[in-house]
Amino acid sequence: MTIELTPENPPQVVPLAHWLLSDAPTSRRQAVLGNLTRGMFALAANPAALIGLLIVLALVTIAAFAPLVAGFRSPIEQDLVHRLAAPSGDHWFGTDELGRDILARTAYGARVTLTIVMLVSILVAPIGLAVGTTAGYLGGWVDAILMRITDIFLAFPRLVLALAFSAALGPGIENAVIAISLTAWPPYARIARAETVSIARSDFIAAVVLQGASTWRVLFRHIVPLCISSVIVRLTLDMAGIILTAAGLGFLGLGAQPPTAEWGAMVSTGRDVIFDQWWVATIPGLAIFIVSLGFNLLGDGLRDVFDPKNT
Amino acid sequence: MSPDGVLGFFRRLGGFVGSLALTLLGLTAVTFGIGRFIPVDPVLAVVGDHATRDIYDKARLAMGLDRSIAEQYLIYLRKVASGDLGQSVITSHSILADLMQFFPATLELSTVATVIGVALGVPAGVAAAAYKGKWPDQILRVVGLFGYSMPIFWLGLVGLAIFYGRLGWAAGPGRLDVGYDDIVTARTGVILVDSALAGEWEVFRNAAAHLVLPGLLLGYVSLAYIARMTRSFMIDQLSQEYVVAARIKGRSFWGAVWGHAFPNIMVPLITVVGLSYASLLEGAVLTESVFVWPGLGLYITRSLFNADMNAVLGGTLMVGATFIGINLLCDFLYKVFDPRLRSA
Repeated sequence: MTIELTPENPPQVVPLAHWLLSDAPTSRRQAVLGNLTRGMFALAANPAALIGLLIVLALVTIAAFAPLVAGFRSPIEQDLVHRLAAPSGDHWFGTDELGRDILARTAYGARVTLTIVMLVSILVAPIGLAVGTTAGYLGGWVDAILMRITDIFLAFPRLVLALAFSAALGPGIENAVIAISLTAWPPYARIARAETVSIARSDFIAAVVLQGASTWRVLFRHIVPLCISSVIVRLTLDMAGIILTAAGLGFLGLGAQPPTAEWGAMVSTGRDVIFDQWWVATIPGLAIFIVSLGFNLLGDGLRDVFDPKNT
Repeated sequence: MSPDGVLGFFRRLGGFVGSLALTLLGLTAVTFGIGRFIPVDPVLAVVGDHATRDIYDKARLAMGLDRSIAEQYLIYLRKVASGDLGQSVITSHSILADLMQFFPATLELSTVATVIGVALGVPAGVAAAAYKGKWPDQILRVVGLFGYSMPIFWLGLVGLAIFYGRLGWAAGPGRLDVGYDDIVTARTGVILVDSALAGEWEVFRNAAAHLVLPGLLLGYVSLAYIARMTRSFMIDQLSQEYVVAARIKGRSFWGAVWGHAFPNIMVPLITVVGLSYASLLEGAVLTESVFVWPGLGLYITRSLFNADMNAVLGGTLMVGATFIGINLLCDFLYKVFDPRLRSA
């Protein structure tokens, strides 16, 4: 049936904002989008979080357009005539001990940092979610064993263990990511388990179980989606720590290998000339600091919005 | 303590010992796994590339590599339990002796940092809670955020460049200037203590000058954490009615804060200080590398680049065991001393 549009029968225009912020969403999509909108408004009202968001967006933009930011200079091309040149109109951030442009290396370094952060998130969140939700939903001895293992990993010293892992696996970005992930997943399992235990008791879970849903269906279609938001908040808060650990491994020579431009490794090469050519170590270190600060600000803001009881 | 309390204490003690044993077992499993499954042949590392087949096989047998993994792990456990962590390929000393020599430097640095962190962090946290939302709170928030976001190895380098290189206010890397080495005999290995015992005050001053920069640096990290936790504990307490009651009885505001609220946060605070101390023992790796501070962290990273896997794993085990021990001990003490958690 089609409704004819006449002046007497105007189209039912529902303003977008009204639809988004409706108290009675009629579809799952409307509910999800509505929650996102409300969250965004709350986040926009928090200046610190907004600054954090801007820094993170800047990181992503710089990583995406690294060649443009670098003025189409190569981050690994050596120019020994102009080695250790001070910041100038030609080289805004100066050059390093091999005459490579530090602006270009810092811009391309954003890609390495972003890659590490994304890879760790992709590894850590699913492991934590799988372990936590399974333990919380199944309970009993499965819960006891899984949480014991989680506790054991939680009590491990992170940096030293990551050090030992990357020493055993050999230096490199991939191995640094594996090393960090192996020591970073336990808090996510804890969070996911806590959420699952409270969700598992609710009526709608009982309803889908009565309809004959399998354990795996309940876990992955109904419980995991509800745990994701707290996992994401925690991830954002952890990002700074992940970046600092990765940079630390890079500084010790266990992260990205030369000539890849990685911020921690760049600080390390600037170490020998810190007394005379300060810019070589200072610029990449500032980049690490600013990006960690951005993630910390954003994470604090997200936590305030999504998890008010923990402030 | 009531009989029930005594029983509860022993139950908790049992739980503490149990989880300590289990976690340490997990740690040894990880170090054993790393040592056994690294992609290099452990036999070749000992006999070298040019060994004959015969020598290779003998070494393999002597190292017990023909046995099952479970058996090898049990042998490893027995060795670790008796303090035998193997020999360093580089120094050819036993790893345990090496670690004992390097440990006091780390201990000295972490202790100084923790003292700084507590002395500044606790009052700052209390002040931030008392002036919640006002400027002391905002300042602490910024100080804390910077502390959490700072690459410590970079801050150390910049600190060295400015305060040692440019201004000459602080001493450079290392624990002592060259001229002061070997004047004081090592009794505890902690130079501040050794020189004070020997009455060598010039050495003491020199050692203290070397401690200033790395100590302040790690102290800042510890301060950021301790102050943040103190603030949140204190805010909890200040919203309680007994604080209002004390004020109504005529106690001054600061009297109520320090006299009534503060004693109530002592127990969780001691736990936090312990945790921060443990993480400093571990986290000093980067700082030690920057300041060429001859502690466990420097020992581990140096061994790492000399492919001295025994030393790396021994160091990891030592740092890990200390870290785990302090962590679980804090947790245990917290439960024992907080009456609210006793019945739970």
